[in-house]
Amino acid sequence: MNTFFLIAIILLVFIVIFQISKASEYVSVLKGEEISRKQNNKINGFLMILFLVLGLIGVWWCNDLFYHKTLLSVGSSSLQGKKIDEMMWITLIITGVVFFITQILLFWFSFKYQESDKRKSLYFTHSNKLELIWTGIPAITMTILVVFGLKYWFKFTADAPKNAQVIEVTGHQFGWEFRYPGRDGVLGRKNYKLIDPAKGNPLGVDWSDAASHDDIHVAATVHVVVNRPVKFVINSQDVVHDVGLPQFRLKMDAVPGIPTTEWFTPIYTTEQMKKRTGNPDFQYEISCDQMCGKGHFGMRGVIVVETQKEFNAWMIKQRPEYLRAQKLMAQASTDSTNTVAMGQQPNKK
Amino acid sequence: MNNDEVLHEKPLVVHETEHGTHEHHKQSFITKYIFSQDHKMISRQFLVTGIIWAIVGGLFSVIFRLQLGFPDQTFPILEDIFGHWAKGGRLDPEFYYALVTMHGTILVFFVLTAGLSGTFSNYLIPLQIGARDMASPFLNMLSYWFFFAASVVMFSSLFLTTGPASGGWTIYPPLSALGDAMEGSKAGMDYWLTSIALFIISTLLGGLNYITTILNMRTKGMFMTRMPLTVWSFLFTAILGVLTFPVLLSAVVLLLFDRHLGTSFYLSDIFINGKILPNQGGSPILFQHLFWFLGHPEVYIIALPAMGITSEVISTNARKPIFGYMAMVASFFAIASLSFLVWAHHMFVSGMNPFLGSFFVLFTLLIAVPSAIKVFNWLTTLWRGNIHFTPGMLFAIGFVSLFISGGLTGIWLGNSTLDLHLHDTYFVIAHFHLVMGVASMFGMFAGIYHWYPKMFGRFMNNTLAYIHFWITFVGAYLIFWPMHYEGLAGMPRRYYDFSNWESFKMFGGLNAFISVVAIIVFATQFLFIFNFFYSIYKGRKLTERNKNPWHSNTMEWTTPIHPPHGNWIGEVPEVYRWAYDYGKDGRDFIPQTEPIGSSETQH
Repeated sequence: MNTFFLIAIILLVFIVIFQISKASEYVSVLKGEEISRKQNNKINGFLMILFLVLGLIGVWWCNDLFYHKTLLSVGSSSLQGKKIDEMMWITLIITGVVFFITQILLFWFSFKYQESDKRKSLYFTHSNKLELIWTGIPAITMTILVVFGLKYWFKFTADAPKNAQVIEVTGHQFGWEFRYPGRDGVLGRKNYKLIDPAKGNPLGVDWSDAASHDDIHVAATVHVVVNRPVKFVINSQDVVHDVGLPQFRLKMDAVPGIPTTEWFTPIYTTEQMKKRTGNPDFQYEISCDQMCGKGHFGMRGVIVVETQKEFNAWMIKQRPEYLRAQKLMAQASTDSTNTVAMGQQPNKK
Repeated sequence: MNNDEVLHEKPLVVHETEHGTHEHHKQSFITKYIFSQDHKMISRQFLVTGIIWAIVGGLFSVIFRLQLGFPDQTFPILEDIFGHWAKGGRLDPEFYYALVTMHGTILVFFVLTAGLSGTFSNYLIPLQIGARDMASPFLNMLSYWFFFAASVVMFSSLFLTTGPASGGWTIYPPLSALGDAMEGSKAGMDYWLTSIALFIISTLLGGLNYITTILNMRTKGMFMTRMPLTVWSFLFTAILGVLTFPVLLSAVVLLLFDRHLGTSFYLSDIFINGKILPNQGGSPILFQHLFWFLGHPEVYIIALPAMGITSEVISTNARKPIFGYMAMVASFFAIASLSFLVWAHHMFVSGMNPFLGSFFVLFTLLIAVPSAIKVFNWLTTLWRGNIHFTPGMLFAIGFVSLFISGGLTGIWLGNSTLDLHLHDTYFVIAHFHLVMGVASMFGMFAGIYHWYPKMFGRFMNNTLAYIHFWITFVGAYLIFWPMHYEGLAGMPRRYYDFSNWESFKMFGGLNAFISVVAIIVFATQFLFIFNFFYSIYKGRKLTERNKNPWHSNTMEWTTPIHPPHGNWIGEVPEVYRWAYDYGKDGRDFIPQTEPIGSSETQH
């Protein structure tokens, strides 16, 4: 019923607008089109300047409402992110200045030079000097931005420092898996053809590689140590995903068949961030940022940043995946003999 | 062969009657309105098809905005319309993604490519350069009908049991290659690929025609340097399309092979739905390269015609020559050339070699230079003008404003370091909707309002047009401006629901606000649509005295009010000057067809 009322009201509004518009057209014909055209011109000229003023107020108001909800207000939680924030501020200032100058000129000119019987428009076709100015200045500014941008870009995409903690990240529809190299510091080989969740090998680790025997596999939540660089080696099992780390200002796609990496140095623990943001539920979240299917929006992972002591206490409780898989495989082989035995029973009857 | 020779070889006989002008040979309804070879009719066909697609694509965005704005509410009416896709009045995530994908595909290809460049290239190129029709009217007709076929295929895919394509308009494999990955990647994706293949053929036929016509069929005196900027923009658009769309076709064909013939161009090491796939050695990144090699020039295919239209409309209505004509042409050239060298800025975090990325940063930021030239030239054109706020002019000014707002954020995203944070967030959504989505729509509206009297011999209603402009303009900023803040918080695009995310859920109220504004703006478009169709039949008529209503210099206004097939009765006029002699020597305007006077000043 409500829907019908709504539709009726909308239709009515449309009819009213339409009738007014038609009437105004008749009026303008009666009044003389030139006069009514000039009146309309004045109204629109005024609306131009009104839009500018209200727009500028709106920009300020919008910033007031939402700035503290962005990540810029708390600052980044990684060393690299701090640099990215810096870069962002420089870019914001440059583009901001251009934004205000050009928008103000646009609407100010529109208002100021609206049609008037007293003015003749200026026949002004080109000026090499002006054009050189506004080719040169943007070119120089862009060069500066490119130089700074690339300096950081090469730094962040270069190899991770030697002391970085290596963790393998695997994305699949719709979740994240993490694998630590264990005591030997080496991740065991993988082959996607060995993937078999029923046999306790959801990642397809090659158990014939002894380096895999102490690897530790955890799902959904990964623990890392504060102030120590972390290097993610990223894989995907099915479609393209993306490891998005908003607080650390990083993203990297997870591509099936092509391992990628990203590394960063977290500088605040999760506990510290709860205080800094004033949000007791704060968590470092991993968001999948590359469309990956119907569960894309729920593909969430969590990073717990903690002190070395807390990390050690957590790590000591983890068991290598190999042990779990062995147990499962042993179980499976006895299970299968059981089923075979059971399957034979009816025949006996 | 120039135009006059064509004319004299086979003179087009036309004569005046009291009903206006008619061609001598009788045309049936079918040859006149359906399988027409008249560029003006084909243009109107593109326009009307484009408008219908815009309604569909816009409606889809309203529906998925309902989900984004009000994730915990149900809308029973959705179940009435979409059945099992919206059980209990709540969109199925699968269907949400289908809507998002279709919204992008429809708006990018069918509305802003076919609807914009198809309409105005067709309409304005022959009329503004003084040609009787396109170089090949038959290919031109085929171009529309391939577009129509593409439309039919795409539209049918909406009714599939498994739904239309739903992997995003960028259809990255493996998601789009494997039916196991998503419902929409089953039959829907085959329809999508077929439709786009047909669409590419349409674009190529059109583009080749536009280029040939512009290069070969200009009337006497219409040197390249005297062409209106609209024609220049259509020329560069057509060149971009002809050189890049075939690459998309190859990407589409390889994807079809991967889907049906067991090849591994894009597939490697995949375990999905409990199955280990045999494909090895393929690269999903290869597809991204092929896709964006079209994908980025595509945004200029969308933006350049809007820039051309804006330049023309601003100059005409400011009653002042366009400032820096040669700089405008040069910057078209620069933008078109650079657009071939920037595609991988969509792929900074795709796993592509970072060193390669650095070149794309450089070229991407370089594009800011010709873009800046354009903006400053438009501003200078307004400076000390005598501005008439016709509806077309309002939309052209709106275009400049939106182009500035959206263009400046391109400097953020083109810098790979910042893209590490902003990639695939709402910041990107805000950026491209402003700079190429809404801005190009504004260019299209400017064109429609400006050339409507020529197209249909009648005026649209001004009051409706003013209301349409102001609500749409304010609405566009209300929708997309706050999205920058969501993007700065890292809020990812293509999410169905944010309420489980500690990092993003604080924007619930804002999302609801954006959705409400989006609905209002969408509803406002019906004022335009109504105005458009109503005025075709009931609008105020142009009179012979007032047949050049904006006092424009360009050639199309020298044709009869209802130009016949062949455009001019008798000889095609000769051109003596550029298109921008406004306010020269104390005269309001001097049409291109007027010879240079002996006492005229040189510029």
